Amino acid sequence: MPDALVALYVFVLACFVGYFVIWGVTPSLHTPLVALTNAISGIVIVGALLVAGFERAGGASEWIGFFAVLLASINVFGGFLVTNRMLAMFKKKKK
Amino acid sequence: MELSANAQALAYLVSAILFILALKGLTHPATARRGNHYGMAGMLIAIAATLLGGEVQSYGFIVAGIAIGGLIGALLAARVRMTAMPQLVAALHSFVGLAAVLVAIGTFLNRRDAGTLNPVLMGELSAGIIIGAITFTGSVIAFGKLQGLISGAPVRFRGQHPLNALIALSTVALGVHFALTGSALSLGLMSTLALLLGVTLIIPIGGADMPVIISMLNSYSGWAAAATGFTLHNNLLIIVGALVGFSGAILSMIMCRAMNRSIFNVVFGGFGSEASPEASAMSAAAEKGVKAASVEDVVFWMEDADKVIIVPGYGMAVAQAQHALKELMDLLEERGVKVLFAIHPVAGRMPGHMNVLLAEADIPYDHVLEMDEVNPEFPTADVALVVGANDVTNPAARSDPSSPIYGMPILEVGKARQVYVIKRSMRPGYAGVENLLYYQDNCSLVFGDAKEVCEGLVNALKGSGH
Repeated sequence: MPDALVALYVFVLACFVGYFVIWGVTPSLHTPLVALTNAISGIVIVGALLVAGFERAGGASEWIGFFAVLLASINVFGGFLVTNRMLAMFKKKKK
Repeated sequence: MELSANAQALAYLVSAILFILALKGLTHPATARRGNHYGMAGMLIAIAATLLGGEVQSYGFIVAGIAIGGLIGALLAARVRMTAMPQLVAALHSFVGLAAVLVAIGTFLNRRDAGTLNPVLMGELSAGIIIGAITFTGSVIAFGKLQGLISGAPVRFRGQHPLNALIALSTVALGVHFALTGSALSLGLMSTLALLLGVTLIIPIGGADMPVIISMLNSYSGWAAAATGFTLHNNLLIIVGALVGFSGAILSMIMCRAMNRSIFNVVFGGFGSEASPEASAMSAAAEKGVKAASVEDVVFWMEDADKVIIVPGYGMAVAQAQHALKELMDLLEERGVKVLFAIHPVAGRMPGHMNVLLAEADIPYDHVLEMDEVNPEFPTADVALVVGANDVTNPAARSDPSSPIYGMPILEVGKARQVYVIKRSMRPGYAGVENLLYYQDNCSLVFGDAKEVCEGLVNALKGSGH
């Protein structure tokens, strides 16, 4: 099976996983859900690392990679930390 | 240490599983924090596996990028006010979009220098750039609307949709041309048009539809990550992109359903223009036959009630009344009154916004109910107190087929024995529709700022000493 087809398989199956997992999320946590997906879509940092660290990366692509790493890092750190901050507020009634 | 390609692929698989578990954790508030920690672990593994994989040869720029970006992200996360969450989310969406564009352009440059370009790769790069660019400028516009930098009113003009279609088709045509020829000019033009398309797609959507815009851009940011995954042949990015893409798509669907509108109706422009404020709230109310009540009237009904349901809307957030509501809840509970909070899915500026604001004020989440759970509670409630919500309580949605909001599921506030609505003026809600609730016999309006009125209720309850 060619690579592109494998990628398509993975994509379609992941869509189904996403569909079922997301419907299970309780509506009261929809804002943390959006913030958490912000954080994990920071996974583009993997692509950014590959661009910035490419062995024959010229000056331009090094800088492009640098900015991409920077932006994705804001998502990763900002997303996870703000999700944590929000979730810490959700408390049950103190007995 | 250098990881083999197989070891790296396995590490990515572990990381993908951790991300799925992270989302799964949000099924319940009790497991949600653990879920978030799974997510962090997944990200750490993914970054470490990439750095150790042998493809990354220089680290200076990477360390600097992570240090600066991480610091900015941590500061934003620590400083942001909960009312401003939608702005932060919009900003983060734009960063994902821009990062995806940069990754695609950087990959193009690196591969061109290495001489390993091919039409399939360049087609995938085009897709990544187009989706990323639309996400980027679309989110910038959404941020501007939320922050009040640009008007929330929808921008519409004749020929708008044909124009958008023309831009979209030209963008795709340029992408195909770039894939076949590798022309840098096509690449540049395509990117510019895609950036423009992000703007023209978001401006016709009104400020009232903010929860849908946020959800849609959330979805786009996922698809941008997935497209990046296709260009890099990286399954982890594809999986995460699909998860996030679906998350946003499902949220958009839930929001549209809660307004009884189709996604097309929202995207191609519905309502959301800003109504002008009316001069004198009281005289307008008297003219229309609406009853006004004082803080003392409300307290009189509340302190002997068995059950009180509070319905917060975006007006509560604007007035920052949630802390006063928490105090009100405590005082009523001391008197043995059961207090519940009722949340409509589209209350606030993003999905679940009200829940976070109430949680911030220390209101326990088991007191906060969703629409379907709380509607059966209204007929047995002694008092319903509406704080800054409007259209989501309008019985016209059930009774008046000619109303623009007919068919929208509502909170059945009017079924409570006594209804009090805290309002600044008689101006209609976002949808620009009269609220029939206000003319019901059991409904009275308390005019004033939500926070001041709630504090007034708290003081009156403290004074009435039982």
